Amino acid sequence: MKITLNINNRDYETEVKPGEYLTDTLRRLHQVSVRRGCDTSSCGVCTVLIEGKPVPSCAFLSYRAEGKRITTVEGIPDEASELSRYFGGEGADQCGFCNPGIALSVYALKQAQGPYTEANIRHVLTGHLCRCSGYHAQVEAVKRYLEANHE
Amino acid sequence: MNKTKTVNTVRPSIDGKGLMMGRSAYTDDLAAADSLIIKVLRSPHAFAEIKTIDTTAAENLPGVVCVLTHRDFKRNAHTRAGQGYPEPSPHDKFVLDRYVRYVGDEVAAVAAIDVETAEAALDLIAVDYEVFEPVLDFEKAKDNPVRVHPEDDIYEMFPIGFDPKRNLAAGYHMEVGDIEKTLSESDVVIRQSYYTQAQAHVMMEPHAVNARLDYNDRLVIYSSTQTPFHVRRILSQTLEVPLRRIRVIKPRVGGGFGGKQAIHGELLAAAVTLKTGRPSKLVYTRKEVFGATYTRHPMRLDLAIGATKDGKITGIDCYGLSDTGAYGEHALTVFMVTGSKVLPLYNKVDSVRFHGDVVYTNRTSSGAYRGYGAIQGNFALESTIDMLAAKLDMDPIALRKKNMIMEGQTSPIFEIMGEGTEGTAMNMESCKLDYCVDRGLTLTDWKKTYPRQENGHKVRSLGMAIAMQGSGIPYIDMGAATIKLNDDGFYNLLIGATDIGQGSDTILAQIAAEALMCDVEDVAVYSSDSDLTPFDAGAYASSTTYVSGNAVLKAANELKAMLMKEAARVLHTKIENVRYDGTTFSSEETSISLKDLSNQLYYNDEQKQLTATSSYVGHKSPPPFMAGFCEIEIDKETGEFDVLNYTSVVDCGVTINKALAKGQIEGGVVQGLGMATFEDVHVAKNGKLITTDMLNYKIPSVKEIHRLTTEFAESYETSGPYGAKSVGEIGIDTPPAALANAVYNALGVRITRLPITPEKILKALKEKENEHA
Amino acid sequence: MMKIKSVYKPASLEDAYQELLKSSKHVLMAGGAWLRLSNRTVEKAIDLGCLDLAFINDTAEAVEIGSMTTLKAVEDSEIVSGLYDGILPAAVSQIVGIGLRNVVTIGGNVVARHGFSDIITPLLAMNAQLKFYDKGLLSLHEYLETRGKTTDILEKIIIAKVPSRGYFKKVRKTALDFAVINVAVTKTEAGFNISVGSRPSVGMLCETAMALLNKASNIDENLVDKAAKCAADSLKFSDNHRGSGDYRRTLTEVYVKRGLLQLLDLEEKA
Repeated sequence: MKITLNINNRDYETEVKPGEYLTDTLRRLHQVSVRRGCDTSSCGVCTVLIEGKPVPSCAFLSYRAEGKRITTVEGIPDEASELSRYFGGEGADQCGFCNPGIALSVYALKQAQGPYTEANIRHVLTGHLCRCSGYHAQVEAVKRYLEANHE
Repeated sequence: MNKTKTVNTVRPSIDGKGLMMGRSAYTDDLAAADSLIIKVLRSPHAFAEIKTIDTTAAENLPGVVCVLTHRDFKRNAHTRAGQGYPEPSPHDKFVLDRYVRYVGDEVAAVAAIDVETAEAALDLIAVDYEVFEPVLDFEKAKDNPVRVHPEDDIYEMFPIGFDPKRNLAAGYHMEVGDIEKTLSESDVVIRQSYYTQAQAHVMMEPHAVNARLDYNDRLVIYSSTQTPFHVRRILSQTLEVPLRRIRVIKPRVGGGFGGKQAIHGELLAAAVTLKTGRPSKLVYTRKEVFGATYTRHPMRLDLAIGATKDGKITGIDCYGLSDTGAYGEHALTVFMVTGSKVLPLYNKVDSVRFHGDVVYTNRTSSGAYRGYGAIQGNFALESTIDMLAAKLDMDPIALRKKNMIMEGQTSPIFEIMGEGTEGTAMNMESCKLDYCVDRGLTLTDWKKTYPRQENGHKVRSLGMAIAMQGSGIPYIDMGAATIKLNDDGFYNLLIGATDIGQGSDTILAQIAAEALMCDVEDVAVYSSDSDLTPFDAGAYASSTTYVSGNAVLKAANELKAMLMKEAARVLHTKIENVRYDGTTFSSEETSISLKDLSNQLYYNDEQKQLTATSSYVGHKSPPPFMAGFCEIEIDKETGEFDVLNYTSVVDCGVTINKALAKGQIEGGVVQGLGMATFEDVHVAKNGKLITTDMLNYKIPSVKEIHRLTTEFAESYETSGPYGAKSVGEIGIDTPPAALANAVYNALGVRITRLPITPEKILKALKEKENEHA
Repeated sequence: MMKIKSVYKPASLEDAYQELLKSSKHVLMAGGAWLRLSNRTVEKAIDLGCLDLAFINDTAEAVEIGSMTTLKAVEDSEIVSGLYDGILPAAVSQIVGIGLRNVVTIGGNVVARHGFSDIITPLLAMNAQLKFYDKGLLSLHEYLETRGKTTDILEKIIIAKVPSRGYFKKVRKTALDFAVINVAVTKTEAGFNISVGSRPSVGMLCETAMALLNKASNIDENLVDKAAKCAADSLKFSDNHRGSGDYRRTLTEVYVKRGLLQLLDLEEKA
């Protein structure tokens, strides 16, 4: 199927198979920030935003993304850069493999304007597995980032 | 202790921002766009011999470029373990073999132009197997008539107790004093068996490798590995390619935890690229990560502890049986650490014995995993200490304080047991274990909760355990660093040390910056490239901060001495008259900035490149210590529990980077909690793995971790860089025992078989009630 | 991974239905998240995404949830939260992560009848009706009783608006795991419903325990104990690696009891 994908406000024409998932298509289009972690939609590593909503790209059929806005972490460089400072400050940044997906979910939460309670932050981060940090520092970092960015 | 500017501060990882922003960084990101895709045909049988294998149809499939079977490889027995040389692991593996020894073992490899073609080709390979009865129960493996390794061209590099005729990958025995006599003369003896399970690493980045031939016709391998230099050596030895023709680059790695210490796809990717001349890549599926890499060694540990009536521990006896699975990677080393990094905690005993076997079975291999051996041994020992306290009607804290190792003391075990070889005698020059315990009691308000607080069907309780690790493998594993001065006065730090996400590039840059009195930003780090960086054994055995850090410190001091010499020359004075403040060299009369001096050395006057290379090999392995406290709330009717808070008080010497050190502890604690609470590898009766994906093998999510409290003791290790010891593994050790002790304190039942599930707790509780009924 | 040869975008439900009837290798596709877990080869995947089946309608008598409504939309719906103390959004919000809930649909979950479904269990206790394109209205209970493949299209799930209370409990190892057991208890003027799922087979109403409660004139703690025990004794449980049948039985008794006590506003015995 020949489709046009809008990735970070740029159009890409590409040929996809009917059963192809977005992770594979995006990587083929050199969107390397979208990485494969698990094959079973269990880990959140491959998260992208579709029309502003986080989805695991490994569970989203590529052809269905046609005509929709796809955002990868490369589409939110300022936010990702700022969030990384908070991760660094809390000791939450380790191998980094899960971080682009987390940055996108945090960005979506920020766009939806909260609520920024610890419970909701944990709810939002639940689909994002991390084997390095132990989560505690991650939650603290996100909390501080959102507090600092809250008008 | 001098005041430090960069060390012992909180700093973000130098790569944190770029990785958060999604920059190209990991092995698969860096594969050549036209890489052949490698897929591996894996055994559906736990134990079989390949009678015939027909690859014709696969080879004829359009898009398939090459198919490899055991016929394509010379039989060079090797070990994938990824250790120093000669390895203390048996050479018992062939790239591809006629025998397959577990469900998932490699049968053949296909390289094709895309994933679909490669997968289709796997279906076209016709294999005729003679299927054997597998050995799946590790307690029945020793002297089983079924031999997991019937071949005769496998061997040990030096005596490690390897005896494949008896299904023994390794064995070990050591004894101090006369343990039988000590136990028979003790007032009280506690005997208990423990079982610890296989645990999967579940690093977020699956194992990946890519290969290419560069314009000099050299083989260049990018690998998601913890041991790039060992990878190069094993590739050379096994494929008989000269070492000088191989370059191994480790890019960013998405977590390792020991799971990437061994080599995995490197041999097949190298073979494909050497055979076809084309770039190739092999990225493991998650199913392959679970089924065809390795897990933590499952063990049975039989422990006996003797004590006097007043609570002096007189002797510890530990028999261990460890399951190494199909291949013997780390069979001996993990087993020895089960004793050597656990038993010295109680160093005032009259006798101590540690002995047992490591057996082959037809299961997925076991191998290195963070805290290896120590977490198994700690669960057994620290559970038994609480049992002893209960038996003596003594406070478990008081019992520990009376018997545990203290600063300035030693244990005979340090000299007897190393990792695969003899050990190294040492005194505990830094050991704040007593502080760690006391501080933990305060932080957890122990007296208020211990042993339990009941509220309806809910019970709140606390349990604790102490632990120790090491800092590298002395006299064996070396780390090296090169520091180069650039014009404008900034530095390149070239290190063999392997950053796998733990932040070693950052803390090594901090050490260099501290010594060179510059900002961390003035140190550009490049690590783990066998062509461009000096050697380092790799990221394992809690060695990077201590071993590689010492190498960096030495190199930085040497470079600083060179700079002082050059400054003295330019300032026309003696070195001892030169003062340096980090930016300017000055004498009584005049001064020159580092920037100007560097530019002169590059372009104007007595031009030369200043470079210092230094290396370090440990003369001891100073242990970090920790006290871990687990606070739980448990539902008496269902056995379900929440870990409300896990408190860690750690003596790792001086923390080079407080934030990263905390990350190491908390990440380790949560992995330890995963092992303690629910992580478990399930295998069906025929040897097939049930937990093949992340739907079925669960690791902790953010919802299970309510709170972590982490503190560091004031401690200074004189042999470490700026007083540092290691911190990579110590965090993982205490959770199983601390949780088991918390469950006992809550309900009076002791779980001795990990993981400690609600179901096991409830069953034990019902059995206890029935006994009393 | 499932191989799909082509995708068909139907113009109407009738069009989709006719296409479905043509071949056993034509399949309906809802959220499409889990195709990779199957090894089937599909000639034609009929995309239900273009049929306006993603809606939550609030009518005078009922709430209607379109089969293509994502779990996240169900979770966030104030309308659905108003039913049975919001047990459906509560159950849905515990399924994996937000990202996947933005893709997966309620219809796909219900039709698949997976044993571990955390949605079927509360829907059963809520007396949910299913509206199929061809067969028309069917209670969820009846649908679960039917055997074999259903060659029909689920349009919507209908939940009657009645004064109601509800309780839902999912026991699980981690927030991202399937349930060891899930329990729903509801109360309306017609009486109590109790359903238990992930036994590990699919959710089921516990008719005997319900009868015990619903024919009683006065429900006290003793009867609650009896009903909970009856639920545990009358349902079938078996083992898998998440838990044994015996443990599931124990959990069922405990949580049915706690659910009933909560809905009866009875304090639990200490």
